[in-house]
Amino acid sequence: MGSLPDIFSTLVQGLKVTLLVLVLSIICSTIIALVAGLSRVSTNRLVTGVTGFYVEIFRGTSLIVQLFWFSYALPGLFNIHLGSDIWVAVLAISLNYGAYMSEIVRGSIQAVPSGQTEASIALNLSKFQRMRHIIIPQAVRMMLPEYGNYLIQILKATSLVSLIGLTDLLYYGNIYRSTHLSDSPTVYLLLLVMYFVIALPLIAFTKKMESVSKKGVAHG
Amino acid sequence: MNWSWTVFFETIPLIAKGLWITVGLTLACYLFAAVFGFFWVFMSRIPSKIVRSIFGWIAVFVRSTPPLVQLFFIFYAWPVIPVVGVSLNPFVAAILGLGIHFSTYMSEVYRSGIESVDKGQWEASTALNLSTRQKWTKIILPQAIPPTIPMLGNYLIIMFKEVPLASTIGVVAMLHIANDYGSQYYKFVEPLTVVALFFLLLSYPSAILISKLEKKYNRKFDKKAMSS
Repeated sequence: MGSLPDIFSTLVQGLKVTLLVLVLSIICSTIIALVAGLSRVSTNRLVTGVTGFYVEIFRGTSLIVQLFWFSYALPGLFNIHLGSDIWVAVLAISLNYGAYMSEIVRGSIQAVPSGQTEASIALNLSKFQRMRHIIIPQAVRMMLPEYGNYLIQILKATSLVSLIGLTDLLYYGNIYRSTHLSDSPTVYLLLLVMYFVIALPLIAFTKKMESVSKKGVAHG
Repeated sequence: MNWSWTVFFETIPLIAKGLWITVGLTLACYLFAAVFGFFWVFMSRIPSKIVRSIFGWIAVFVRSTPPLVQLFFIFYAWPVIPVVGVSLNPFVAAILGLGIHFSTYMSEVYRSGIESVDKGQWEASTALNLSTRQKWTKIILPQAIPPTIPMLGNYLIIMFKEVPLASTIGVVAMLHIANDYGSQYYKFVEPLTVVALFFLLLSYPSAILISKLEKKYNRKFDKKAMSS
């Protein structure tokens, strides 16, 4: 029968991998989402077609399937070795959530009232200036609450990386459980609490962004 | 490039068998989540502020922690707990685990629907001296739920894509069959691609259907709002 500090000290070994995957996935998926979201409102048919295809493929299949696919297909099929499994995990999570979040980017840009675009044209702003100074600043505010929700989703998704052999929180939990069966309730409860503690700042961020996005908008 | 079309076509019928298990499990989880979602709504309307905030936090806790860990808790840890612990078969554990996780999302959908019902409807029910039960079943819910149908449909698709998590506790559905085949013949890419295609085949048309439904409902309810 292990004591709570015992269990905790075992689990905490996986904290580094979980946080690393979380932070890298957030950075990569945000970049992917911005690029893909902007591409989808492009006037170039080829660009919208290709990104549309990417988005639908990754939203239409399951993350866990993609994770397995990448971890087996990249080395086997294309002979690509990313060096460590961390990058396979980050790639799969980022491509998946990048696709989901690109839809928020696209939706928010399209939700900016068309009068704003017309006004920018009337003011003789270039296409780039219009995006940079008029559309995006207004769209970002609308994106933020949903973005916060997706950050929590990404945190939850990081628990899947133990399935492809990464040594994250859940991996150490399963290891501990396999040798101390009677402690398994404590192990998994403690894991849930640890994930929840990591999620708390993200929840707070989402709440904050909800109020930020509402502030000063006349039409609500 | 190590791609074999023979393996690809060979695995299609194998994995198709698992498709029905995945679909069935999705429907079972969804049904559980849809019913249990009302539990959270009910708890959030209890007069006692302490009870409300306790259940509110439990719902947030369930929603923001990984469903995979919750699944492991129910499957591996629940049987060990003294007195209340019972061993569950993987199917029941998956229905409970994923069902409870997604019920917290469903309750948010219900809540948004209930909050969108006009204040006058509540006042009118009170004025007409309707009982609480009549108020909910005849006035509020019939107006609150239909506008949320597209959102509820979206969650069905989301759950469909989360159900493969159940393969980790031994539910033999698509993903499990693919992994078994892979470890037997050391051919992973083809069966996993078949699994991905099956997911796409089902979820993409449903997503289109739901966005059509959404447009239809938006028109319908906008019209109503305008004429009232």
